[in-house]
Amino acid sequence: MAESPPVRALPRLLSWLNARLPLTETVEYHATKYYAPKNFNFWYYFGILATVVLGIQLLTGIWLTMSYVPSGEGAFASVEYIMRDVEYGDIIRYLHSTGASAFFVVVYLHMFRALAYGSYRAPRELLWLIGMGIYLVLMMEGFFGYLLPWGNMSFWGAQVIVSLVGAIPFVGPDLMEWVRGDYLMSEITLNRFFALHVVALPLALVGLVFLHIVALHHVGSNNPDGIEIKDNKDERGKPKDGIPFHPYYTVHDFQATVVFLFVFCAVVFFAPEMFGYFLEKPNFERADPLKTPELIAPVWYFTPFYSMLRASTFPLFGLTAKFWGLVVMGAAILIPMMLPWLDRSPVKSMRYKGWISKVMLALFVLSFFVLGYLGTIHATPLTTAVAQIGTIIYFAYFLLMPWYTRIEKTKPPPERVT
Amino acid sequence: MKTAMRSAAVWLCCLAAGLSAVAAESTVELEPMTPNLEDKPSLQRGMALFMNYCIGCHSLKFQRYERTADDLGIPHKVALENLVFTDQQIGGLMETAMAPESAKNWFGAAPPDLTMVDRVRGTDWVYNMLKSFYVDEARPFGVNNRVYPNIGMPHVLMDLQGTPVEDCRGYRPIDILDGEDAVVALVREGEGAVERERNCSFIEVEPGTGSMSEEEFDQAAYDIANFLHYVGDPGRADRHRLGYWVLGFLALLFVFATMLNREYWKDVH
Repeated sequence: MAESPPVRALPRLLSWLNARLPLTETVEYHATKYYAPKNFNFWYYFGILATVVLGIQLLTGIWLTMSYVPSGEGAFASVEYIMRDVEYGDIIRYLHSTGASAFFVVVYLHMFRALAYGSYRAPRELLWLIGMGIYLVLMMEGFFGYLLPWGNMSFWGAQVIVSLVGAIPFVGPDLMEWVRGDYLMSEITLNRFFALHVVALPLALVGLVFLHIVALHHVGSNNPDGIEIKDNKDERGKPKDGIPFHPYYTVHDFQATVVFLFVFCAVVFFAPEMFGYFLEKPNFERADPLKTPELIAPVWYFTPFYSMLRASTFPLFGLTAKFWGLVVMGAAILIPMMLPWLDRSPVKSMRYKGWISKVMLALFVLSFFVLGYLGTIHATPLTTAVAQIGTIIYFAYFLLMPWYTRIEKTKPPPERVT
Repeated sequence: MKTAMRSAAVWLCCLAAGLSAVAAESTVELEPMTPNLEDKPSLQRGMALFMNYCIGCHSLKFQRYERTADDLGIPHKVALENLVFTDQQIGGLMETAMAPESAKNWFGAAPPDLTMVDRVRGTDWVYNMLKSFYVDEARPFGVNNRVYPNIGMPHVLMDLQGTPVEDCRGYRPIDILDGEDAVVALVREGEGAVERERNCSFIEVEPGTGSMSEEEFDQAAYDIANFLHYVGDPGRADRHRLGYWVLGFLALLFVFATMLNREYWKDVH
């Protein structure tokens, strides 16, 4: 059968483009000739899922911005306008609010994968640091975005977190005013949070995600065995245990994405509030500086750190407990950045590490969950004590790592992936 | 600046106290109420009751008449003639005719907008609150509320329900105190004397004072709560319908995605 003229024109168009843009080269480098280890398991889905959620957030965010009004008078009403008067507005809004939580779910699972299989180890230290950068930007993005509906929890949550700045000695109160742009949370604060949420941080996020993928494809993916597939190449220079990302992992990830979207849409369509964890009840009331919600709790993805903040209950060296809470919280968020240099084990993957590493990782995850739960409820002396123990375990996982990864007995990793 | 200082102080106190905010809410156990968005007659009755008894003071200012009428299956003309008592158009927001200034004068505070009361407090709360008024001459409007103590509004549904009065039951001596919660008896420490307290948490309607029977009034309270559940998130029923299609599509897509994946991966060993 003779090819039609447009089809015959395609190779010419492609070579025209390739002469001016590294099109085929890029596709080959990042997809069709990017060799990924063939032994990826369940835990390797969450990177692509994070990218999917990023796409959802960007798209729904653009559409929300079309109807959202960033003003003290108009913000709350404009969200309800989107919910009631914009065609499919409620679905767009719930996709975005559920997307925020989903982003953290997949990112936390993605990070856990890195902890379990030592994906932060050389030569992937920079990849890990860029990833941590994404996580930090994401936290800020979530925090700024949460103020925008101008509900009462938006207001008080932001009030609590911004007031932490005020705990910094000497410069705190002035700094706090500078951050808010006012003496209290106001429209000025709302507007700057809006600018950061819809322009500055998404730009940073997309840029960092781009770097993350470029760095990943440069060093190559780690795998559940924590060995380098590039150490075993065939005569054509292709890793023996690698398979081209496209089509093998694109079809694989497509399947995972469908499963993810099923769960995601189930929440969006049937339980967008997620029983108060994704959308908190007091946030259906307009921000009221005179009416403090009965319980101020951040959204679930911040609660482990919020617990650690509250767990700091005594002043030290003449500085307030609140300031030390801020220090503990900040350190807890930043300390994973040190992982590439804290882990001294001869092996990367948890599969071949000793039992101490396994126990420590399990305790770490447990402490994260317990702290997360405690951050959603009223603090009592008992829960504060538990949170303090949880905080110690959290930090012990990192700070004791140079010691326990060196002394424990490890298993020899295999030559080839299993 | 003063406000800033005060809010900072409030926050500091909260942190110090481990955020143990004082619970201003009553802890009355709520009778559960299951809303039903498919029950159009109930929603329609709920809207009619709201338009007749509530919107005089409480707005639903984020919701429009048109959307409500459409969702509830009420023709626009019928809605305008029977349910819209102001000179608003069908596309207008469901606002109250009462000026906020007068409201403040009459009630001390403007009655809150109720568009999202269901989402803030819950459907159970709305349903129970409507049924929990009782006569209390000590209050400015002559009534109080079990679920919302010291409520600052009159019992507007009194004509329907009748006169609800506190009914104290279980005035029984301490020695027959049993598992029934109708009896609360306290022994004061140190005194050794036995104080008996009556449990007045029951509300009894004086017979013949209301135009509705008890069942009818329960249904009216249900209808209003059901309607407010709808108003809190009017897209809910549509989302549920669409949601099944979306999930169905994804389930089908999963079958093809799985087959595609299996086809490619059969070469990988």
